[in-house]
Amino acid sequence: MTFEQRQHNAIAEWKALDEKPCIYVGAATCGRASGALKLIESVNKELKKNRLAANMIEVGCIGLCYAEPLIDIAGADGVRVSYRNVTTEMIPQLINEHLINNNPVAALALGVVGSSKISGIPNLFDLPVLKPQERIALRNCGYIDPENINHYIASDGYRGLKRALKMSPDEVIEEVKISGLRGRGGAGFPTAVKWQFCRKAPGDEKYLICNADEGDPGAFMDRALLESDPHSVLEGMLIGAYAIGTTMGYIYIRSEYPLAITRLKIALGAMEDYGLLGDNILGSDFNFHIKVKIGAGAFVCGEETAMLFSIEGKRSVPRSRPPFPASSGLWGKPTNINNVETWANVSAIFDKSGEWYAGYGTEKSKGTKIFALAGKINNTGLIEVPMGITLGEIIYDIGGGIPDDKEFKAIQTGGPSGGCLPKAALDLPVDYEQLAAAGSIMGSGGMIVADTDTCMVDIARYFLTFTQNESCGKCVLCREGTMQMLEILTDITQGKGNSSDIERLLELAEAVKIGSLCALGGTAPNPVLTTIKYFRPEYETHINEKKCPARVCKALISFYVSPDKCKGCMACLKACPVGVIKGKSKMIHIINQEGCIRCGVCLDVCPPKFKAIAKVTGSLP
Amino acid sequence: MREAIKQFTKSRENLIPILQEIQKAEKYLPPEAIYEVSRFLNLSENEIYSIATFYAQFRFARPGEHIIKICLGTACHVRGGINILESIERKLNVQAGGTTKDGKFSLERVACVGCCALAPVVIVDEDVHSKMTMKKVETFLGPLLTGSKKKVKMKKINDF
Repeated sequence: MTFEQRQHNAIAEWKALDEKPCIYVGAATCGRASGALKLIESVNKELKKNRLAANMIEVGCIGLCYAEPLIDIAGADGVRVSYRNVTTEMIPQLINEHLINNNPVAALALGVVGSSKISGIPNLFDLPVLKPQERIALRNCGYIDPENINHYIASDGYRGLKRALKMSPDEVIEEVKISGLRGRGGAGFPTAVKWQFCRKAPGDEKYLICNADEGDPGAFMDRALLESDPHSVLEGMLIGAYAIGTTMGYIYIRSEYPLAITRLKIALGAMEDYGLLGDNILGSDFNFHIKVKIGAGAFVCGEETAMLFSIEGKRSVPRSRPPFPASSGLWGKPTNINNVETWANVSAIFDKSGEWYAGYGTEKSKGTKIFALAGKINNTGLIEVPMGITLGEIIYDIGGGIPDDKEFKAIQTGGPSGGCLPKAALDLPVDYEQLAAAGSIMGSGGMIVADTDTCMVDIARYFLTFTQNESCGKCVLCREGTMQMLEILTDITQGKGNSSDIERLLELAEAVKIGSLCALGGTAPNPVLTTIKYFRPEYETHINEKKCPARVCKALISFYVSPDKCKGCMACLKACPVGVIKGKSKMIHIINQEGCIRCGVCLDVCPPKFKAIAKVTGSLP
Repeated sequence: MREAIKQFTKSRENLIPILQEIQKAEKYLPPEAIYEVSRFLNLSENEIYSIATFYAQFRFARPGEHIIKICLGTACHVRGGINILESIERKLNVQAGGTTKDGKFSLERVACVGCCALAPVVIVDEDVHSKMTMKKVETFLGPLLTGSKKKVKMKKINDF
C-alpha cells in the first residue's frame, strides 16, 4: 500500500468517527490519576444500558489539568463538547442529556471544541486559559487517539517527513535554520547549528537521540507529548535523522513514565507496519531504526554526555566538553541529541514551513514554548504560548491567578537549575535571553508559582536538597559545595543561622558554579542566588529574628488555639497524631508545644466557622 | 532469572536493561542475580554493583508487598508533600526508604512523577492518588491495612 493510500484510509477512518456519536476520554497519566479509567467503565455501562451505538476513544491530555478528568462528547450532529471534572455520577446525566436528548449540559461543560456555537457554552478556545495559546507542539494533544497512527496521519501527520525526503539534507537543515528553532530542553542551542555540526562530522556511523529523560521536578510536557501524540516526536526524529545522515536512533526515557513508554512502543510498531521505520522509508533510500532505552533514575542523565554513558551501560557521569557529542558521542561516534519538545516542533515546521514558525516569538527566540504551570495557581496544567508573552499574562490570564485570592510572591522557572523571580518580573517577556538576564533560565519550562504562604528560603533549600542528592559526585565543588550550602540553608530554616551565612552562601555559590563540569553543578546555586537577590529580607528575618514570615519552616512556627474562638469541638484533639492537644468537649483546647510536631493537622480540621487555630512564627501571642 | 537474561545479547549496552528486567521480576536485585549477570556479560560483580548503586531505581533488599511512593517534586513540595510523607511515616511506623517490620509496606520518596498539577501525589503500587491531604491518607491506607496484623489505632486522647 502506498503512503497516499494509507493517508486516504486514515482520513476515511477519522471522518467515520462523525457518523456515530463519539466519546473522547482524556486518559493520559494525569487524567488517569483523576479517575479517567473509571469513567471509561462507567460510559461503557451507560451506553450498553441505553443500547446506544457510539464510539469511545482514549485521547491524550489537552493540558487543562485543573479540569481533569475531561471527557468530550460529540453527538449525532458531530458537535463536540468538552466536560470538566467529570465524575462517574455525572455520566448517566451526560449520556442521557447530550446523546439521547441532544441537549448538551451547559452547567457541566467547559467548552465547545471547534467552531460550532451552542448557546450557554463558550467555545473552548475562547476561554481565557486557551485563547492566548498557540498550539504547535501540542497540536494534536487531547484530540486524537495516541495509540492509533491513522489519527495522526489524518491530522496531516507524516506530511512533513514526505516533504523533507524530497529535499536535500542541507535544504532540510536550512529550513530548520529559517525557523529559528532552538533546543527546548533548556540550553536553547540553535537546532540547525547542532544538526550541521553532526552532519559535517567525519564518519559514516552516527547516532541520533531523543532526550525524554525529563527529570526537572515540575516539568511534565515531554510526558504529555509522548502520551498524547508520540508520532509528532517520532516524525521529527525521522526528519532529523535524514538531515544528519544517521540510521540509528535512541529514545532515552525515564522509567517513571510507564504510560509514555507503552505508547511509544505502540507507535514504533505501527510505524514499522506502515513502512515509516526500518529500511527504505516511504520507498526512499533512507533507512532509520529506533531503540527505546529506559532510564534508571538518575537526574544527571538529562545532561547529554551523562546520558551517552548511561546508554552505553556505564555510570552516567558527565565528562568535559569538547569533544562535543556532535563529533564524539555514543561509542565515540558523532551523535545528535534533542529533546522531545524540540522534535515535536520539527515535525510541525516541516508540515508548514520554517518561515511560518519564525512568525511566532521574539527576535532571538522563535516559535512557541510549552510551560507546565503548577504550584499556587488556579489553572494548573500545560500551556503552549508564543515566546515573548509576559509572565504576568501567563499567571493571571492563562493561569487564572492565585487560589483563594492570595497574593503572588514569586515564580520559579526552569526547575532546580532555574531561579525564583519576584513580582517585579511579571512584566518580563518570556524568552531565553530575558529569563537569563533576570537570573533564571527557560530550562525545560517548569513554572511553579509561589504565594505569600511559600517560604523562599525553604524553596532554595528544597532545590538544593534535590541537586545535592542528584549530584553524581565527580566534581568536588558540586559534591561538597552543594552539601555545605545545604547545611547552611538547613541551619537558617531551623533558626540556627548567623549573620555571616548569606555572604558565605554567595561565596560558595560562585565556587560551585565555576568548579562544576556540567550544567547540574553549574546551575545548582541559581535558586539560592535568585532568592537571595530578590528576597534577601526574608533570609535576614530567619537569621536575625528567628522567624519565618511565610510560616513554613517547622522549627520557627507554632500552632496555637485562640481561647476566644475555640468552642471545644474536639476535632483537633481527635486528629492530633501525637496527642498533644488537651481539653474536653465544650472546653477550650490547649496545644502542648513541647510535644507538638507542627504537622498542621489541627489547622486543617478546625471547622472554618471557628477558625480557632492559628499558625504563628516567633513567640506565642 | 535466566529467562530474563536470555532475551538479551551479551553486550555491555544491555547491562542496565537486564538489571531492570531482573528487578521487574524479583522486585530487587538479589546477589545471585548480580553473579549471574556478571558471568553473562563477562563483567566483574564489583563493576555491576558500581553501576547498579549509581542509579536510584535499583534496590538491593526485598521491598514490602506494597510500595508507597511519595512524590516530593517542586509542586508537591509547595503544596505540603512533606507533611503527607511524615504522616504516612507515623501511621506505618517506618521511615522513608524503609520497609515495615511485617514486610507489608515500603515507603519511598520520589523526585517527580510528572503529575504536578495534581499535587501532592502519592503512588501506591501503580495507583496515583492525587491532591492528597492528611485526611485522605487515612482513607487510602485504611483498606490496605485491613488484613495486616496492625490496624491504624486511634491515638489515646489525653484529658486533663
